[in-house]
Amino acid sequence: MQSNSSIMKTRRDIFQAIADPTRRAILTLVALQAMTPGAIADSFDSSRQTISKHIQILTECELLEQEQSGREIYYHFNPNKMKEIAEWLLPFTKLWDDRFNKLEAIMKKHKPKKTE
Amino acid sequence: MKLKTNVDADTGKQDLVITREFELPLELLFKAYEDPEIVEQWMGTKVLKLENKNHGSYQFETTAPKGDMVLKMNGVIHEFSPNKRITRTFEMENAQFGVQLEFLEFEKLTDDTSKLTMHVIYKSGAQRDQVLQLPFTQGINMAHNRLQDIVSKLK
Repeated sequence: MQSNSSIMKTRRDIFQAIADPTRRAILTLVALQAMTPGAIADSFDSSRQTISKHIQILTECELLEQEQSGREIYYHFNPNKMKEIAEWLLPFTKLWDDRFNKLEAIMKKHKPKKTE
Repeated sequence: MKLKTNVDADTGKQDLVITREFELPLELLFKAYEDPEIVEQWMGTKVLKLENKNHGSYQFETTAPKGDMVLKMNGVIHEFSPNKRITRTFEMENAQFGVQLEFLEFEKLTDDTSKLTMHVIYKSGAQRDQVLQLPFTQGINMAHNRLQDIVSKLK
């Protein structure tokens, strides 16, 4: 189990990105339409610097993508990256699914030893 | 193949919910949890102790197919209500995952189908996420152990 620590140390992953409620709110906003950093910041009470930091983390995690349009930068939501979250749960789900399939198969063949 | 089991694990929370619908009558589904011989078959583990009663306890032991690694699991059964509910703790011995609290609810859907809902609560969100990564880590650990075996033979 020693190798756990090296995995847990991986920083700036998508799970860290979506662990913060403000960042989740930003993602929800940007998922609806591409937005400029200014427009995103205007939607929150926090300072521009704080929001800008959140946007930076989301961009580093590739959950947001930048696009230059004229003089403005627009942020887009990257749905493919969100898929990684579902994929992360897959081995665990698969483990239980295998177990339960086995349970079902065994019990379908099961004949009660004692009746009544 | 489509999975019939669903795992809900909301980000930042310290619990998860596993649900599964079975093509089995409720009684047979529950029996698979009650009968030590059957538990051994589908969990792939040896059942050392299984006291199906309120305030009972249980102990499982799994030997890895290759090598001599033995995994021991144990817990106490808080509530045992046949065909309805099992409330218990679960702990893997010699692991850093801590104790988890499990609420197992068994429901009849039709005469031939039933549903199991497993609500699992961990001490912290971080601990839960570590357990969720276990199937990954296990694979990695196996590779590491293999490497260690080979390296130790070189000495």
